[in-house]
Amino acid sequence: MTNAQVSDAALSKPQAPPRAIFDWFSAIAALAVIGIYVRAIYFTPIERLQGAAQKIYYLHVPAALGAYIAVGITALMSLVYLWLHDERSDRLAEAAAEVGLVFLTVVLTTGPLWGHRIWGAWWAWWDMRLTLTLFLWFIVAAYLVVRGGIEDRAMRARYSAVLAILAALLIPFIHLSVYLFQARLHPMPVVLKPDRPSLPPEMLTTFLLSFAAFSVLCIALIRARYRVGVLRDMAAELAS
Amino acid sequence: MSEGRPPGTLAAAWLIARKDLAIEFRSRTAFLSALVFAVLALCIFYFTWDQSVVPAADRAPGVLWVVLAFSGLLGLQRSFSVEEHDRGIDALLVSPIGRESIYIGKAVGNLVFLCAIQLIAVPALALFYNLAMGRALLLVGGIVLLATIGIVAVGTLFSAMAVNTRLAELLLPMLSLPFFVPILMSAAQATTLVFAGRPLAEAWPSLRILIAFDIVFLVACTLAFPYTLEE
Repeated sequence: MTNAQVSDAALSKPQAPPRAIFDWFSAIAALAVIGIYVRAIYFTPIERLQGAAQKIYYLHVPAALGAYIAVGITALMSLVYLWLHDERSDRLAEAAAEVGLVFLTVVLTTGPLWGHRIWGAWWAWWDMRLTLTLFLWFIVAAYLVVRGGIEDRAMRARYSAVLAILAALLIPFIHLSVYLFQARLHPMPVVLKPDRPSLPPEMLTTFLLSFAAFSVLCIALIRARYRVGVLRDMAAELAS
Repeated sequence: MSEGRPPGTLAAAWLIARKDLAIEFRSRTAFLSALVFAVLALCIFYFTWDQSVVPAADRAPGVLWVVLAFSGLLGLQRSFSVEEHDRGIDALLVSPIGRESIYIGKAVGNLVFLCAIQLIAVPALALFYNLAMGRALLLVGGIVLLATIGIVAVGTLFSAMAVNTRLAELLLPMLSLPFFVPILMSAAQATTLVFAGRPLAEAWPSLRILIAFDIVFLVACTLAFPYTLEE
């Protein structure tokens, strides 16, 4: 993609400045999340075996869902960028990666907190999902550092798209090697099956609602971050 | 190759690899520093565990892979930074060769460079950690080669990317190490089994990951490389 094309794409966008970052979409997302925690804390029964510690699941699991949505968007938009060279897809990939990193951080903070209470260990390398999430965090962090280290917009978009696509290829390999590692050396957790057979209806409803709330939150944050990207590029356009 | 006609993809790749190796052979600075680093690290790791708790032979595979990964990074860093002096990369870009050739050539150069280090580092490990020198060492050599192909495949691409960023060499470990994770895990497991005298069939699942990684990333990085060059 040439520089002329880049500026063409930038100029073809409406020049009216976008509205303030705070918008109704974000407000609804915030309210939905608040509603979920009121429900989870006051109106959902306490799990018999795990006690109050289980309530961290209403943050941990939906945050993981949000992280996977965001990271998935980044990988998809990177592919779209290399295909169409559309600047918007690069900006969306960037926004999703940053939001993904936040959600992954939430997953990695709440996971050990729960694990310490229930497994008796802060970190469990044999837990595939936790280990995979950790490496995903490293990759997304590297992705954002690469973006920060390149001035040229077209080059930044190309490099980060290449990195995101290679990372998407890497994930199955990490998954396989971690699986092989834990299968050889460690027993699976027997104290508690991570995938509980069934949930009481109140808990299930809270769970499903929290998934919905976090999906909305994820999209709201990506949308807000995307607007920051638009403003930044417009500012750069004006400065040059 | 006749005068005036551009060489084919592999011939051009070989020219680039030969050029890089000739530069390295004449100066030997990167090779010596990476080699000394590897052997020194082997020695230092020997003293970081309590001998009475974990026998040297048990930690040898882990030590080997940590050392090979980091000394490999030292070698990879130099791959594209040599082109930055006097903008040698521009000369490569205007020459009538495909961009895949540049990648393959650089990767072959890096592979030879890393293998030369390992050719000394692996026997040094066997020597310092009192390991069996016979068939096991040959098998470990095979595992090392498989793993090095994967390391070079992704490392060469990231080396090209890293030199064009503001962070330069600082970025390479951050980019490469997550990609080394499946290689190092599989290779270390296979090496552990081989040093323990287990049949090779037990290491097959790990070797299969290594082979699949090599194929997938050699293809993917060759395709992705043209995007990392300036247009």
